[in-house]
Amino acid sequence: MSYPILSSIILIPLLGALFIIISRSKNINSTISIALFTSLVNFLLCLFLWHLFDETNAEFQFLEEKNWINGFIKFKLGIDGISILFIVLTAFITPICIISCISSVITRLKEFLISILILETFMIGVFCSLDLVIFYLFFEAGLIPMFLIIGVWGGPRRVYSAFKFFLYTLLGSVLMLVAIIAIYWITGTTDVTQIYEIKIPKEYQNLLWLAFFSSFAVKMPMWPVHTWLPDAHVEAPTAGSVILAAILLKMAGYGFIRFSIGMFPYGSAYFTPLIFILSIIAIIYTSLVALMQDDMKKLIAYSSVGHMGFVTLGIFTFTQQGIEGSMFQMLSHGLVSAALFLCVGVLYDRMRSRKISDYGGVVNYLPKFSLLFIVFALSALGLPGTSGFIGEFLVLVGAFKKSFILAILASIGVILAAAYMLWLSKRVIFGETRNSNIKSLKDINMSEGVVLSILVFMTIFFGFYPEPLINTFSLSVDNLIENYNNELDLKSLAQN
Amino acid sequence: MINLNIIAPEIFLFLSIATLLMIGVFKQNSYSLVLNLSFLSLIGTGFLIFLNFGINEILLESFISDPLSSFSKILILLSCLFVLFSSQRFVKDKSISKFEYPIIILLSVLGMFFMVSSNDLILFYLGLELQSLSLYILASFDRKNIKSAESGIKYFVLSALSSGLLLYGCSLLYGFTGSTNFELIKNSLNSGNIGAVFAMVFILVGLAFKISAVPFHMWTPDVYEGAPTSITSFFAIVPKVAGLVALIRFMDSPFKNILEEWQIIIIFISVASMILGAVAAIGQKNIKRLMAYSSIGHIGYILAGVATGTNSGYSSSLIYMSIYAVMNLGAFSCIYLMKKNGEYVEEISDLSGISKDRPVLAISFLIIFFSLAGIPPLGGFFAKFYVFMSVIESKMYVLATIGLLTTVISAFYYLKIIKTIYFDDNKFKLDDSRSLSVNGTLFMSCFILLTFFLYPSILNSLIYNLFG
Repeated sequence: MSYPILSSIILIPLLGALFIIISRSKNINSTISIALFTSLVNFLLCLFLWHLFDETNAEFQFLEEKNWINGFIKFKLGIDGISILFIVLTAFITPICIISCISSVITRLKEFLISILILETFMIGVFCSLDLVIFYLFFEAGLIPMFLIIGVWGGPRRVYSAFKFFLYTLLGSVLMLVAIIAIYWITGTTDVTQIYEIKIPKEYQNLLWLAFFSSFAVKMPMWPVHTWLPDAHVEAPTAGSVILAAILLKMAGYGFIRFSIGMFPYGSAYFTPLIFILSIIAIIYTSLVALMQDDMKKLIAYSSVGHMGFVTLGIFTFTQQGIEGSMFQMLSHGLVSAALFLCVGVLYDRMRSRKISDYGGVVNYLPKFSLLFIVFALSALGLPGTSGFIGEFLVLVGAFKKSFILAILASIGVILAAAYMLWLSKRVIFGETRNSNIKSLKDINMSEGVVLSILVFMTIFFGFYPEPLINTFSLSVDNLIENYNNELDLKSLAQN
Repeated sequence: MINLNIIAPEIFLFLSIATLLMIGVFKQNSYSLVLNLSFLSLIGTGFLIFLNFGINEILLESFISDPLSSFSKILILLSCLFVLFSSQRFVKDKSISKFEYPIIILLSVLGMFFMVSSNDLILFYLGLELQSLSLYILASFDRKNIKSAESGIKYFVLSALSSGLLLYGCSLLYGFTGSTNFELIKNSLNSGNIGAVFAMVFILVGLAFKISAVPFHMWTPDVYEGAPTSITSFFAIVPKVAGLVALIRFMDSPFKNILEEWQIIIIFISVASMILGAVAAIGQKNIKRLMAYSSIGHIGYILAGVATGTNSGYSSSLIYMSIYAVMNLGAFSCIYLMKKNGEYVEEISDLSGISKDRPVLAISFLIIFFSLAGIPPLGGFFAKFYVFMSVIESKMYVLATIGLLTTVISAFYYLKIIKTIYFDDNKFKLDDSRSLSVNGTLFMSCFILLTFFLYPSILNSLIYNLFG
C-alpha cells in the first residue's frame, strides 16, 4: 500500500480549517495566509497527482480502501481520467477564491475561509469516492457550507436564495439516496467498481436512473429545475459564485458520466430523448432569458445553464467526441465562468452595483480590466482560440453524429450566446459613460490582476493546445463508451 | 429456585428510592444530597444491569431479562443521567429544586424498567402506570406556573384515557386467548382471531399515545411547552425509549403471528407522524413546541423501522433512538443556554444573530439542528440511513420515499433556526453561561454527532445481536 495521496488531498483543507479555528488569531492577513498556504499546498499536491497519474491506464488508480460500516460498506477512494481533472480544477479554483477575498471587503472573514476550506474537502471527496454511500455523503455535506456562504455573506435576498438552493438540492438528492440503498439490496454492494462488473438488472435500471437523474438534474441544473441557480448566484458573494459555477455544477456532470452511464447503460439509452429535449430547451430558452437580464451575475448564471445544456447534450450522445467535448466544456466553463464572476466582483467592489445599465464606457477608465473581461466574454461565447470553442465544437460534432436537427438546434444556442455576451460587453465595456462614478474608478490591483491573468493564460493556452487535458481523460472515456456499447449489444443480442 | 439476580437492578433501584425518600423526608434542605445520591444509585443500577447483560432468563414467567431489555435499560439510564446532570442549573434557577424531583424521576425510571422487561400484560401495565403517574407529577412540577399546572392536568386526562384503552385491550386479549403471558398469547394467536386483532388495536393506541405518534400526539406540544424545560427534555427522550422497546416487544412476541394486521397500522401511524411532524413544525415560534413537533416527526421515522417487522428493522429503530437521544440532549442543552437578563427565554426569535456574540453556542446549534435534519456527515444522517436501509430491504419503497421527502420538508424548519442564528441581525444579547454540566453535555453531544461518521457501525454489532 503506497502513500494515501487521495486521503491527504481530501484532508489537507480540513486541517487548514481546523488550524484557523484553533489559532484564534485576530489578524486577518495571517488568517488569509494560512488558508492560502493550505490551498496552494493542496493544489501542488494535486498537480503532483496529475503528474503521477498514468494516462495509458483506463482502470481506477490510487485506490484506497478501508472498512467502514461493518464490512458491508467500504470507504473506497480512487480516480481515473474522468475525475482527476475535476480534482485539479477544484484545487485550482479554491486558492483563487481565497485571493479574491483579499481585495473585496468581507465581514467575518475567518468563518468565511473556514467554510471555503471545508467545502473544498467535500468537493474533492465527491470526485474521489468510489462508493455510492461515500459519494452521497460528500455530495450532500457540501450543502452545509454553501448554505452558510450564501446566507451569511450574501446580498439582500440571501435568505430566500439560500433556502431555495438547499431545499431544491436536498429534494433531488433524497431520491438518489433511496436509489443507492435499493442498489445495495439489488447487487449486495455499493462499491462502484463492483457494480460495474455485477451489472444492475435491466428491469430496475429505468427507475434507478430517474432517481439519480432527479439529483443531478437539480444540481446541473437542467431546465426546468434550474431556477435556484440564478437566485443563488446573484445573492452569493463573489467567491461563493465562483465555487458554485466552477465546481458545484460540475459534480452533476461528473455524476452523469460516472454513475448514470456507467451503472445504468440501459436506463441512459432509454431516457436519451428526454435529456436531449431538456438540453435543447435549456440551451435556447436560457440563452434568450440571458439576453434580457439587467443583472450581470444573473446573465452569467443563465449562460451557465445554457452551457450545462451543451454538457448534458454531449454526454448523452454516447460518442467519443460528445463526451470528451462535455468534459472539456465543463473544465473550460469552470475556468471561464469563474473568471467572469470574478470580473463582476471586481466591478461590484468598486461600484456596489451589478446592473448593466449603471455601466458603460468602462474601457476608458479600466483598460486592463476591460481587456481581460473581453477575453473571457469571447471564450464564453466559444470563439476559436479560446478553451470555450473546443468543448462546444466537440459536443456539436458528437450531436451531428446522432442527429442533424439536434445539432442545428444546439448551434442556435451558440449564436445566441454570442449575442448576449457581445451585447453585455458592448453595454458594460464600450459605449458612452452613462455614470459619472465610473470616471473615478481605479483599474485592477495586483492580486486581481494576477488571478485574472492566470485565468486568461489558461483559457487561451487550452484553447490552442487542448492535448494535455484530452489525453488525460480520453482513454477513460473510450473505456466508458466501450462498456456502454458492449452492454447494450449484449442486451439486444439476448433479446433477439 | 428463583434467581433474584436477574431482577437485581430493579430491586436495587427501588431500595435506593425508598432510602432517598426517607432522607428527603427527615432531613431539611436535602435537595442536593438527594440529587447526588440519585446519581450514585443510577450508576449502581447501571453496574448491576451491566453484570446482567448476557443473561437471557425469565423470572416467574412474567419478568424477562434479555439483551434487549438490558440495552434499553442502559439507554434509559444514561439519558436520564444526562438529563438530570444537564438540568441542575436550570432546576436551581427555576426554584423547583425540591428533593421530590430526582426521586419522582427515579420512580418513573423504575416503571420504565418494568415496561421493557415485562413478559406479562399485568406487569407491563403496572410498569406503564408507574411511569405515567410519575410523569403527570413531573409535568406540573413547577406548580406556581399556570402553564405547567395546565400541562400536567392535560397530560393526566389524555394519558388516563389512553391507559384505559390499553387496559381494555389487555382485558380483551386475555378474554380471547385465556392468558396474560406473552409467550402463551403468542402461541394461541392467529390472524383469524378477530377479537385479538381488536385487542391489538387498543394496545397499539395506548402505546402510540405514550410515544406521541400521530394521531395520538395532541398532548405533545402543549405539555412540552408548559412543562419545565428539564422535564421536557426528559419527556422527549426517556419515556420514548421505554415506549419504543415495549412496542417492539409486543410486536415481536405476543403479536408476532398477526404481523400483517399490525404492520398496516404502524405504517399508517409512521407516515402520518412523519408528515405532521414536518408540516406542523413550520409555523412554530416557541422552540419547545418546535422540538415537540420535531420529536413527533422523528417517532415517525423510528416507527418506519418497526413497521418492517424484521429484526434489522427493529435494530435500526433502536439505533435511531440512541442517536435521537444524543441529539435531543444536545438540543435541550442549547435551550438551557437561552437566557436573557437572568430569565430563560423560549422564543426562536430570541436567537437572532447570536452567532456574532456566541460563536460556540451558534456552531453547536448548527451541528445539532443539521443533524436533526439528517444532513450528512452528521450523526442524524446515519440514523435515517439505517432505518431506510431496513425499510427498503423489506421492499417498502413508497414508505421510504415518503419518509425521505418529509425530511426535505422538515429540513425547512431546522434551516429556519439556523437562519435565525446566522443570517439575522443581532437584536439581543444572551447571558454568558459558565455552567459546566450544560456545556459538558452539549460538548459530548456535538462531539458524538460530528465524529459519528468515522465509525458509523459502532452501535450496529451491539444492537443487531439483541435480536437473536
